[in-house]
Amino acid sequence: MNVTRAFTGRPRVDHAQLPPGQYDAGDDWPVLSAEVTPDLAPADWTFRIDGLVAEPRTWNWEQAHALPASAYEGDIHCVTSWSKFGVRFGGVRLDAFLDAVRPDASATHVVAYSHTGYTTNLPLADITGGRAWIVWEYEGKPLPAEHGGPARLIVPHLYFWKSAKWIAGLRLLDHDEPGFWEQNGYHARGNPWEEQRYSGD
Amino acid sequence: MTDTFVPPTRFAVPGRIAVSNRAAATWQTATLTEIRRETPGAVTFRFAVPEWSGHLPGQHLMLRLTAEDGYVAQRHYSLASPPDDTAHIELTLDHVEGGEVSGWFHTVARPGDSVEVRGPLSGFFAWPGDRPALLVGAGSGVVPLMSMLRHHRARALDVPLRLLVSARGPEELIYAREYGAETTPVFTRTAPEGMAVGRLAAAHLAPLLAERPPGGWEAYVCGSNGFAEHASRLLVEAGQPVDRIRIERFG
Ligand SMILES: Cc1cc2nc3c(=O)[nH]c(=O)nc-3n(C[C@H](O)[C@H](O)[C@H](O)COP(=O)(O)OP(=O)(O)OC[C@H]3O[C@@H](n4cnc5c(N)ncnc54)[C@H](O)[C@@H]3O)c2cc1C
Repeated sequence: MNVTRAFTGRPRVDHAQLPPGQYDAGDDWPVLSAEVTPDLAPADWTFRIDGLVAEPRTWNWEQAHALPASAYEGDIHCVTSWSKFGVRFGGVRLDAFLDAVRPDASATHVVAYSHTGYTTNLPLADITGGRAWIVWEYEGKPLPAEHGGPARLIVPHLYFWKSAKWIAGLRLLDHDEPGFWEQNGYHARGNPWEEQRYSGD
Repeated sequence: MTDTFVPPTRFAVPGRIAVSNRAAATWQTATLTEIRRETPGAVTFRFAVPEWSGHLPGQHLMLRLTAEDGYVAQRHYSLASPPDDTAHIELTLDHVEGGEVSGWFHTVARPGDSVEVRGPLSGFFAWPGDRPALLVGAGSGVVPLMSMLRHHRARALDVPLRLLVSARGPEELIYAREYGAETTPVFTRTAPEGMAVGRLAAAHLAPLLAERPPGGWEAYVCGSNGFAEHASRLLVEAGQPVDRIRIERFG
């Protein structure tokens, strides 16, 4: 351990929900995206799943909202070190979309891509079984554009760069394919509990 | 219908450089060698990092402080120094009111202290000095842009580079003495005699965009989220393509 002289840190409570190296951002919700926030109206938003599936499909705003509603209430963790506790997102479980396209048995990974062209890769197992959502509400209100509105992916058990803003679709693959930040030096999986921040962690 | 979807806007901007995974994954000791005040709120910290693998202007690092009881605080900071500054790096930190890490730097740190860093990180905001660069920053958002400007000078590069930097007033303009003809300061609260006061506007960008260098500008925008939103919107409205705008938000 490399102790920093006279550094005590802020008074803190030991927080079992705080992954290593993270701090509690409290009410703050920092915005971190590398691109221009797109001007995307709900009427122009679409979500597509293709690749290794029996039936590729595209949903529009109404069709997506017709699926069974589901909320995520819990914590989120950003690789830049902040975590946010007890946030509530409203939308639809990703399983509801995936069930409709019938993934091939050979599919192991997905590339999630956004309406801006941003991409991020995920193991299929990380986004099935009730672990991922497409959301359009934050704390009961429409998701703000700078946070990915009208709709974003959320995969709360991984660092938040995996939760692609302005989600446009998923492509199912039989191999892993690094996305935007992963090509820029970030970890392929991004598990906050194992501090998988950068490739090589 | 084909199986592949083409996004309507094409942000899929490639990173500018390959990032060294080994360097990004390893914590190194950085020893503070010098402290220079820039403005009442911002201070530059110079460190010796003997194993520093080098970086490109625009990259950042992760820095961590460790308390006696093992508690760590880690934050991202942009590199202010140009790549040619061998085995030394410089960071410039704003004093954030109540800030855990910036507070330690501004009130406790002195030469000889050591902290840990890992990096350089991210190839996306990096500028290798190859394309015409239009830099737009506010407050400490000028830090990675200054690394680009210093690199441009140190290597006497021919490629056009312009900097628009916004500050509340002249006394809060970080690196004020280093700017030359390539820089346009924008003052939002107080300005010297004869200079306008007001936030960054289309009129500031218009003459720079009108220059149209061969190959077009690569725009780099850095600052708070509010500033990044405002500046990137102005750039898009003025005709700068969205896929030629790179944004670094400090949170
Ligand atoms: C890629 C990147 C590059 C960056 N580069 C730079 C740079 O070059 N220069 C620079 O100055 N910054 C930079 N930043 C911002 C930097 O990472 C830090 O966010 C900043 O220094 C503040 O950290 P801090 O520990 O001092 O403040 P924090 O402790 O994180 O506090 C931030 C704010 O939250 C409040 N706060 C948070 N928790 C509490 C609490 N429990 N109790 C009371 N108040 C609280 C504080 O009062 C303060 O207002 C960069 C950020 C990113 C993402």
